[in-house]
Amino acid sequence: MSDIHGGKDPLVRIAKRSTISKPKAWAIRLISLLLALVVCAILIYSIVKMNPLQVYVSMWKGAFGSSRRAWITARDVMMLLCIAVGLAPAFKMKFWNIGAEGQILVGGIVTAACMIYLPQLPGPVLFLVMLAASLLAGAVWGVIPALFKARWNTNETLFTLMMNYVAIQLTSFCVAKWENPPGSNSIGVINQTTHAGWFPSLFGQAYALNVIIVMIITVAMFFYLRDSKQGYEIAVVGESQNTARYAGISVGKVFIRTMIISGAICGLAGFIAVSGASHTISTSTAGGRGFTAIIVAWLAKFNTFTMILISLLLVFLDKGAIEIATAYNLNDYASEMITGIILFFILGSEFFINYRLIFRGHHKEVE
Amino acid sequence: MTSAQWASLIQAAVVFGTVIMYGAIGEIITEKSGNLNLGVPGIMYLGGIAGLAVAFLYENSVADPSRLVSFILSFGAAFLAAALGGLIFSILTISLRVNQNVTGLTLTIFGGGVANFFGGSLNKLAGGVGQISVARTSSVYRATLPGVSSMSPMMKAVLGYGFMVYLAIILAILATWFLNRTHTGLNLRAVGESPATADAAGINVTKYKYLATCIGAGISGLGGLYYVMDYIKGTWANDGAIETLGWLAVALVIFALWKPVNATWGSYLFGVLFWLYYYIQGLNRASQEIFKMLPYIVTIAVLVIVSIRRKRDMGPASLGLSYFREER
Repeated sequence: MSDIHGGKDPLVRIAKRSTISKPKAWAIRLISLLLALVVCAILIYSIVKMNPLQVYVSMWKGAFGSSRRAWITARDVMMLLCIAVGLAPAFKMKFWNIGAEGQILVGGIVTAACMIYLPQLPGPVLFLVMLAASLLAGAVWGVIPALFKARWNTNETLFTLMMNYVAIQLTSFCVAKWENPPGSNSIGVINQTTHAGWFPSLFGQAYALNVIIVMIITVAMFFYLRDSKQGYEIAVVGESQNTARYAGISVGKVFIRTMIISGAICGLAGFIAVSGASHTISTSTAGGRGFTAIIVAWLAKFNTFTMILISLLLVFLDKGAIEIATAYNLNDYASEMITGIILFFILGSEFFINYRLIFRGHHKEVE
Repeated sequence: MTSAQWASLIQAAVVFGTVIMYGAIGEIITEKSGNLNLGVPGIMYLGGIAGLAVAFLYENSVADPSRLVSFILSFGAAFLAAALGGLIFSILTISLRVNQNVTGLTLTIFGGGVANFFGGSLNKLAGGVGQISVARTSSVYRATLPGVSSMSPMMKAVLGYGFMVYLAIILAILATWFLNRTHTGLNLRAVGESPATADAAGINVTKYKYLATCIGAGISGLGGLYYVMDYIKGTWANDGAIETLGWLAVALVIFALWKPVNATWGSYLFGVLFWLYYYIQGLNRASQEIFKMLPYIVTIAVLVIVSIRRKRDMGPASLGLSYFREER
């Protein structure tokens, strides 16, 4: 080997770590996060000439500065978390469901339809109808690509992606149908005076119900993936489809069943977004969160409790960046730029958790 | 439809198709190396904003900006910025072995953030008011052959475009020649089909993957440049259009069965499907929205048909998989 390289070992060799302690793994992640924050601080400084430390202080204010802001942050964390939890089973079986945006939108569309056409129903009944409708709509949207994947191994990545655009057009269609006032090309707040179909306030907080629903799903999904037979089947299919077949698991059936669940939870996220947050629907109701949630689920390695932390981090960055952008009269997209940089660093850090670098001259034998 | 309407539909389709053709040709070259880069929308964003920003800075810093210089600067900046996006993707997926899909999606978020932030703020940061505009540079990209204005509508639909429309076709032909007729192209395909075999044959897999991904990204980025300079005439709009076009470019790769020449007519067909609603009589706004689903539904249909036929033309065998020599 060394002959090929002119008698020298390569400068750096890469070896897979057999194990790494948990604290060390988290230390690596933390370092990468800090590095990312430093890079972002430099970037922010070069644009707005603001003291980087001051930047993070005002970001904190933007996200948690008042009880109202903290609740809005909580609402958005729950939204992102809900989608990530919905995506987790699909991604765990390596089914690339990048169609969460569409599944959220169809869930939102049927919710809005219930609010518009059935406002006379008693509150709890309407709530249950919307819940069922959004779960069903999301499940249908999610299962269509799964059916084709199961039958013909159709590429699900692009199929689910295209379903997003079909859902976006469907939303535009509904907006054109329901627009209020006419000519505004938007629906406006639905049932502004009656509040029919709105999430009720619990404990005096408008978004308490959002938190409760999403936390229930988060806990349930954790145990579903870890302890149930179906969760085990998902893990096996994700590791190796051939192993799954050999073990007598019907891979197609697992695809279909899991995508019904995954789509349904994303549909539910649409319900929460419309009924529990914006009380309207537009093509930006999903707002790219279907994509961000994929990264949340992936970074958390499908552990739904870790997802809470990651969602919190991303939403915090988002709110903070918007705060700074507003203060300097710049636009909100700064937050996506910062999110992208931080994700690059966190994604890259996984390499240093799984592998170690051996520099030339260090003749420590690989265990 | 009258012939004038046909001509106008073809023109709209060609201009639309050219944007995604660049995206698709670049992505085909990238995918031939086995890298599935879902960051195409982000890369097109980076290309578009870099071209715009550099042209803007140049036009604002010189009293009488030269068209040639502003063209060279914007074209070069777009290619470089997009290639840099490809480099980020390469470092993460090839060297640091991060999952390709997740990295690509992150690149899309990042590229969209960078482009929309600077697109919306650049003029303000430079102390100006209102929308950013680089009319002079844009005019270079939109310049047509002399005498086009006096041609018939049908002739205009063939000859009446800026040079980048024709450059895209030339690129598609060059890419086909490169992939099928050159030794380097053969090596590249080998890397995409079976990196382990290519490695054993003495091909530097890492180098091929890096170069194909960065150059492919640079070409995809030209789609963003064309969109900014020609399609929306040297301005910026935070409407997410480039993202949609970028995803269509990714879909077009499959539609074209990984053959650059197929991407040319495929992209024009997408353009026709995209604009058809505008030329159909008697649609109200709501039914137009339904009609706009057409390109996406056709793409789904193609995906399904390709998977049912299950022929060999399903793309490079190692697509989307990372290659670790020591984990064979």
